[in-house]
Amino acid sequence: MTETFISWGMDPNWAWGVATICGILLIALPLMLAVAMIIYADRKIWAAIALRRGPNVVGPFGLLQSFADGLKVFLQETIIPTSANRGLFLIAPIITFTVALLAWAVIPFNSGAVLADINVGLLYILAISSLGVYGVILSGWASNSKYPFFSAMRASAQMISYEVSIGFILIGIVLYADSFNMNEIVKAQIGHGFGLVNAFGFNLLLFPLAVMFLISSLAETARAPFDLTEAESELVAGYQTEYSSMSFALFWLGEYANVLLMCTLNAVLFWGGWLPPLNIDLIPWFDIPGVIWLFAKILFFFFVFSWVKATVPRYRYDQLMRLGWKVFLPISLIWIFLISGWLMLTRYAA
Amino acid sequence: MIQLIAFYLFATIVIASAAMVIFARNPVHSVMWLILAFFNAAGLMLLAGAEFIAMLLVIVYVGAVAVLFLFVVMMLDIDFAELRAGFVRYLPLGALVAIILAAELVFAVGAWSAGGVDLAARAAPVVTDKSNIQQIGELLYTKYIFLFEAAGIVLLVAMIGAIVLTHRQRGGVRTQNISAQNRRRPEDATRLVDPGVGQGMEL
Repeated sequence: MTETFISWGMDPNWAWGVATICGILLIALPLMLAVAMIIYADRKIWAAIALRRGPNVVGPFGLLQSFADGLKVFLQETIIPTSANRGLFLIAPIITFTVALLAWAVIPFNSGAVLADINVGLLYILAISSLGVYGVILSGWASNSKYPFFSAMRASAQMISYEVSIGFILIGIVLYADSFNMNEIVKAQIGHGFGLVNAFGFNLLLFPLAVMFLISSLAETARAPFDLTEAESELVAGYQTEYSSMSFALFWLGEYANVLLMCTLNAVLFWGGWLPPLNIDLIPWFDIPGVIWLFAKILFFFFVFSWVKATVPRYRYDQLMRLGWKVFLPISLIWIFLISGWLMLTRYAA
Repeated sequence: MIQLIAFYLFATIVIASAAMVIFARNPVHSVMWLILAFFNAAGLMLLAGAEFIAMLLVIVYVGAVAVLFLFVVMMLDIDFAELRAGFVRYLPLGALVAIILAAELVFAVGAWSAGGVDLAARAAPVVTDKSNIQQIGELLYTKYIFLFEAAGIVLLVAMIGAIVLTHRQRGGVRTQNISAQNRRRPEDATRLVDPGVGQGMEL
């Protein structure tokens, strides 16, 4: 995009700045719209599985429900509890929301369509997602209330536990793709399975990692069945109990932006990102823009997320911890040995 | 130009937030300032061209160490009056440490300005076509392999030590047996009976 602005007769430095700002807007604004629509989709899918109608009053088919909710929340009063720690209480939702948007900088939407094409892209995502826990802990502590505090404790333990196994799973991907750059990882998946399919997920060695990553991403975003942080029957609404108005809305938007991010990561890391699923050019697969393939994959994973939310009962806390530390951690560690051994025997055999 | 602005921005925030770690009255606020300092230090690393170190700094320190810090500090019930009571008592010791640190700083700056070691040349990033991670990996796994393995063993020993210190067998504790729970089937737990009227049944 920088070249276009330069060709319009702009100073290169200015062109870079303007292009970056345009890129940020091009990602953030559609993302916000997508979050609004995805909340609607989540409620519709959930309702359909429970044989209900879901939102159907505001706008055609209830399409404008999220916007109505947003407007309502915007017009409410922000209530700060008297014994709350004012500064941190207000900063916490801002942290959650900002962090949810930050990670999108390194997501490749098409070949070369990345805001920041850095060669530590995957590490950047790990670093940013490890920041997400602060919004939760701070909101729980600053509310100065029992339920939010319990929830914050649970959430931080849960996020740290699953980040460990996610880190090991990502090492497997990095070993296979031979790069930390997100675009390189996608390109490494071209014709991965016998030159036929464009996805790491179809590799028998990597498929278990794909499954573990999907489950870990459910836990990382605190979605059902791992939504112990906002278990209504025990903790009212978890860390958001004391929040109202826009500060509540920021949590809400940040949470769904994170869910979308995790769906995107599943698509990009294991299922070929912006590549068409098959590497055969019988029908003009490759003429369809990569963005459409990526969006289709993201929406598919979002459907899986909603499906799981509607059908799987909530885990107990000790089961959650056991799954993270005693199942995923050892398996992902063993898998690193397996993958590096396999690569030593095949790719690097000399 | 933009690098210069970014450098001074990051550097100022690092120093200011490091000062606020000490001056903040609330310990939780102190930890938050510490996190801000870590984060901006990562920004400085990024400017120096060490993007791998920068990301590791955020992942390890901000993402893990500081969270545990925050955990501990939040759990503590801190009495602020008591915290400030020992000020006069600890003043001599604190002043001594401060003087030693200041003297070391002056000494280091003096040695540097005398031009004994060419620190500036060492600190400058080495420009090659290889990425940061590759360079570090090649050094760690060839030249410094022994030190790397030794560091790994030290960490392993520390880990085992922590487990030994905290692990204890307690009698009379009911624990979850997950495999037994998963093996349990409806027919093990339920019984379908059809008692006659007025007969009742034995459980």
